[in-house]
Amino acid sequence: MEFIDYYKVLELNKSASQADIKKAYRKLARKYHPDLNPDDREAQQKFQQVNEAHEVLSDPEKRKKYDEYGKDWEHAEAYEEAKRRQKAQNGRTSGGTEGGYGYHTYSGAGGEDFSDFFESMFGGAAGGRGRRTTGFRGQDFNAELHLDLREVYTTHKRTLTVNGKNIRLTIPAGVENGQTIKISGHGGEGINGGPRGDLYITFVINNNTGFRRDGNDLYTEVEIDLYDAVLGGAVTVPTFDGKAKLTVKPGTQGGAKVKLKGKGFPVYKKEGRFGDLYLTYKIRIPAKLDEEEKKLFEALKKRRS
Amino acid sequence: MSQRQLIEVTTFCTYHNIEITFIRELAEYDLVEIVNKEGKEFFYFDKIPGVEKFIRLHFDLKINMEGLSAVYHLLERIEDLQQEVRTLRNRV
Repeated sequence: MEFIDYYKVLELNKSASQADIKKAYRKLARKYHPDLNPDDREAQQKFQQVNEAHEVLSDPEKRKKYDEYGKDWEHAEAYEEAKRRQKAQNGRTSGGTEGGYGYHTYSGAGGEDFSDFFESMFGGAAGGRGRRTTGFRGQDFNAELHLDLREVYTTHKRTLTVNGKNIRLTIPAGVENGQTIKISGHGGEGINGGPRGDLYITFVINNNTGFRRDGNDLYTEVEIDLYDAVLGGAVTVPTFDGKAKLTVKPGTQGGAKVKLKGKGFPVYKKEGRFGDLYLTYKIRIPAKLDEEEKKLFEALKKRRS
Repeated sequence: MSQRQLIEVTTFCTYHNIEITFIRELAEYDLVEIVNKEGKEFFYFDKIPGVEKFIRLHFDLKINMEGLSAVYHLLERIEDLQQEVRTLRNRV
């Protein structure tokens, strides 16, 4: 367990006044507040450190204890015990009663949001004394949801079990791989009566469809035979949700692209709007020719050369 | 398309122990839309998380209305940029 320099966390020196502490806390809380730093775990950790430092330094009693033991906080218990024994001994020799060196153990809800160092020194999160007037949101939770590309083509509902609780979730069509959505109020308990944190769900989308997705557009290759490519013709091509009939122009080259407007992927949260589908033609060359076909191709070659 | 649900401003303010004027001020800065129906004020249910965020930023961090408006637009930009980064990452 490492010593945490709360003064350093709040960017202050040891002589800082209560006003300095308040000012520094406000400044850093604004900088690292989870609402201002969405999806930033580092900022969230810093925000918790800043809260913890403020919890200690804004309370004169806790600050005194923190300052007194400083880096030797691990020996605090032994030090207290030695003092207690000495006092007891003095008491007995002078005929007095044993003096109590009571030091406060702070306990309360939300201890899991404080560092081990804080817990070890103060026994948990803020209790009655030095209680903040402001409640802070609980910890945010993160989870991953694995879906197939086909599943995110349409808006659908799904029930997830997170930390033993069932959450009914609407997954809008067009969600991107790596996209995170927030479910408010399904994170950890709030600190000092603050609201619960949020649950962030990151979508991991597997694609085994034969279509490549880039944003809202889809890409795929379509094989056409040589004769349709040379002479033109009609082909049936696959789209993501069915099939489409296309006219192939005479003289179509291999690698030529065709855009099917509105046949791509649904646009996220824009109902009825779709990206485009890009088809790349791949020309199928006959591999085995019988004698007559060979003659015809040779005749054609002779004619063209 | 299903109709968007509404929540009455007074119900929301009572729950959060805030003044109604706070929501009206948000509306003045176009941060929430107030819908008037039968002499009562409402806002859309799906805007609750956003309004709760404004409450936290205003009361915890003492950010005033001008600040909230700036924060709102910057957060929207961050979201757009994150979306763009995701698209580019998936392209690589």
